[in-house]
Amino acid sequence: MFESLQQGLGTALKTIRGHAKLTEANMRDGLRLVQQALLEADVSYTVVQDFMARVSEQAVGEKVLKSLRPDQHVLGIVHRELINLMGPVDHSLHLRGDVSVLMLCGLQGSGKTTTCGKLGALIQRRARKPMLVAADLQRPAAIEQLEVIGSQLGLPVYTERDATDPVAVCHNAVKHAKEIGAEVIILDTAGRLHIDEELMAQLQRIDHRCNPEQISLVVDAMTGQDAVNSAKAFNEALELDGVIMTKLDGDARGGAALSVKAVADVPIKFIGTGEHLDALEEFHPDRMAGRILGMGDVLSLVEQAHQKFDQEEMAAQEARLRKGEFTLDDFKKMIGQTKKLGPLNKVMSMIPGLGNMADMLGDVDAEKDMRRLVGVVDSMTPEERRNPKKTVDQSRRRRIAAGAGVEPHEVNELVKQFEGMADLMRRVSNMGIRDRMRTMQEMAKGSMANPGGLLTKQKVGTGKRLTPKEKANLKKQREKDKRRQRRNAKNDGNNSP
Amino acid sequence: MGLLDKFRQGLKKTTNLLKTDIRDLFKGEGQLVDEEFLDQLFGRLIKSDMGVQAAGETVEEIRSTYRGRVTQMEDVVATIKAKLKSLLAQPADPIRFAPSGPTVIMVAGVNGSGKTTSIAKLGQMLLGRGKTVVLGAADTFRAAAVEQLTIWANRLGVEIVTGPPRSDPASVAHKAVARALEIGADVCIVDTAGRLQTQQNLMQELTKIHRVLGKQIPDAPHEVILVLDATTGQNGISQAKHFTEAVHCTGIILAKLDGTAKGGIVVAIRGQVGLPVKYIGVGEKAEDLALFEPEPFVEALFEDVGSLAKPK
Ligand SMILES: Nc1nc2c(ncn2[C@@H]2O[C@H](COP(=O)(O)OP(=O)(O)OP(=O)(O)O)[C@@H](O)[C@H]2O)c(=O)[nH]1
Ligand SMILES: Nc1nc2c(ncn2[C@@H]2O[C@H](COP(=O)(O)OP(=O)(O)O)[C@@H](O)[C@H]2O)c(=O)[nH]1
Ligand SMILES: [Mg+2]
Ligand SMILES: [Mg+2]
Repeated sequence: MFESLQQGLGTALKTIRGHAKLTEANMRDGLRLVQQALLEADVSYTVVQDFMARVSEQAVGEKVLKSLRPDQHVLGIVHRELINLMGPVDHSLHLRGDVSVLMLCGLQGSGKTTTCGKLGALIQRRARKPMLVAADLQRPAAIEQLEVIGSQLGLPVYTERDATDPVAVCHNAVKHAKEIGAEVIILDTAGRLHIDEELMAQLQRIDHRCNPEQISLVVDAMTGQDAVNSAKAFNEALELDGVIMTKLDGDARGGAALSVKAVADVPIKFIGTGEHLDALEEFHPDRMAGRILGMGDVLSLVEQAHQKFDQEEMAAQEARLRKGEFTLDDFKKMIGQTKKLGPLNKVMSMIPGLGNMADMLGDVDAEKDMRRLVGVVDSMTPEERRNPKKTVDQSRRRRIAAGAGVEPHEVNELVKQFEGMADLMRRVSNMGIRDRMRTMQEMAKGSMANPGGLLTKQKVGTGKRLTPKEKANLKKQREKDKRRQRRNAKNDGNNSP
Repeated sequence: MGLLDKFRQGLKKTTNLLKTDIRDLFKGEGQLVDEEFLDQLFGRLIKSDMGVQAAGETVEEIRSTYRGRVTQMEDVVATIKAKLKSLLAQPADPIRFAPSGPTVIMVAGVNGSGKTTSIAKLGQMLLGRGKTVVLGAADTFRAAAVEQLTIWANRLGVEIVTGPPRSDPASVAHKAVARALEIGADVCIVDTAGRLQTQQNLMQELTKIHRVLGKQIPDAPHEVILVLDATTGQNGISQAKHFTEAVHCTGIILAKLDGTAKGGIVVAIRGQVGLPVKYIGVGEKAEDLALFEPEPFVEALFEDVGSLAKPK
């Protein structure tokens, strides 16, 4: 995904690569190419204008650091601004303890019904009981479509076959959910044009009657310049809480992600990466921005490495990686270095070919697990590190476990995980970047179907500490809720039934 | 409503295509064509989704003709109009029927672009011309896709051929054409599952359907229609390229032009892939289809602009 935009920008900035000093003239040329790449990626013209203004100011104003080449410098600025534009991240669905309502809306054919199923599957995996609601009474066989999806997942689907009023259907569905003990109600609304006043008012009535915890706009990643218009209208009618961008499994550059974020100013929560019901991933602005810039995996790591870690070691590791030699020692070093860089998920996303690994880690307490893992590797002999599968037998396992202060089965798990990783490395190292991404995507899907199958176990819903970012988001959410309540109160006042 | 009214209504909707509020750029009587003006013009054109290349060419034309001069809007509009006509250069291109036997129309496109609905619209249009129509539900993949097309077939009162879920789409297509031959139907329209043009196995599946149809009737499918969502941005070019490679598309139905999207990507597609637009979709009902006519369309594009240009 985002591959084409990545290539576009990569080429754009190559033109100023190699210049020792940036003159205003060659900077202008470079920036023009950046602008063009963004437009070709379908970022809204207006958004691009604002973006370029911010970038140019910094590109001309900021001093070129000695250690960095100018193109990297510009890349860094563009990268940072892209992240700013697409962040902050908030993957939470803000589910309540008892019964929550999620509402999906969007233009015709954007992927609402499929996404409904994908969210249901996700919530089911998180051990909550979802119920899907067929509130699209417009499109022929829309109810049947949701029923098929529900039966594929083994989820209840609320339908009213001959109903004509989707507002009533949603309202009844909420009552029904309580009866059958469903905890998360997902409303699949009919696709509509944002300029259709009658149907937009209908969405507002559903919002009003069912008071959803989350209203998400489902946007097709292939959308062009019109993305700003529809997103703006849906946001004004409904106060969106999030965006889900679908069909990112193709070659769409997905610039609409930037546009939608800019006008609606709500987090992009998930991305759809296929027609199957497990093809839903969390959205990561930093990774997305990295990919957009073509510095994606290797380059941004190199850039940060300038400041943070040993370049020679990195080069050696990268070379071994390419040759497909990957030992537990490398694994450990990688972890050691990444610790200097910051949050593990972020770092994982930058290691060559490991872009999607962060996805696989999901919600786990990766840092802690990694510490344990380092302990285990430390307790091994060099030979064991090189070839753990062959050498680590029962008695060695016990010795290593004692040394690392873990249970013997955990050593076993590490060895298995390492084997998987090494195998992956071997496959990945022989591929071009495109195939790497594809493989990683496949892997990510595999691990979603079998959470905990890789690296470490998925932890479900433990009261985890919130980062400042998450806290800020929560606060924003509470404010939004208040706004909505106020709006509802107002509607109560001047609405006839 | 008569056919002519329908067409007019459709045409009115076509004015949306590429309509870019050029008149906003003109403040007062005349306008100096400077870099700022040209940048703004570029922005308006880009917002139609016609792409950097086509927009750039158009702006270049205005620059070389008017740069540094104070101009009247009529002149600028005339130049843009001429340029767009030349970029779009295509005649109206309705369905071409086979000289004898059933005409086979295959419909393809990315997920959710409007294929199934467009088939209903084509069916309705053909029925209106007294043709007999058979539909083939060769989307055997998507949930309830067969039911969706079946509902349309019932509404239109035409025959439909279906297969079990997940069965081979090529064999459903084959069965549909066989049925059309058997009952002597004039047209057989084959629906296919939405797919992204980068999914090689699925594109091969499409090629296979195409091949099977060709073995059944030489020259079939006679029309291969790519259904393109009017909100599509630059990815439309990749869609047009890859679908044409896989199944030799003969033209485009530009669906969902009743929204605010301008559909300018068809200009880029015309330039880079050559595919013409055959019809436009302007709503969710079976009658919401209009023939795409480039000449009146470009004219209509600037109709209101022209009249507003007169000094107040
Ligand atoms: N407003 C508007 N909506 C349209 C138009 N054409 C299709 N739609 C709607 O777009 C949605 C998708 O249309 P479909 O015909 O099911 O699209 P498809 O390409 O067959 O979809 P898949 O088979 O799922 O890939 C439906 O809700 C249609 O009603 C149009 O011209 N205007
Ligand atoms: N390739 C791909 N197809 C998708 C994705 N999400 C939805 N689709 C397909 O897009 C089409 C329209 O989706 P649907 O859920 O019916 O859209 P709705 O009209 O908004 O409810 C269907 O063919 C889906 O299978 C995605 O992330 N990737
Ligand atoms: Mg739907
Ligand atoms: Mg369909």
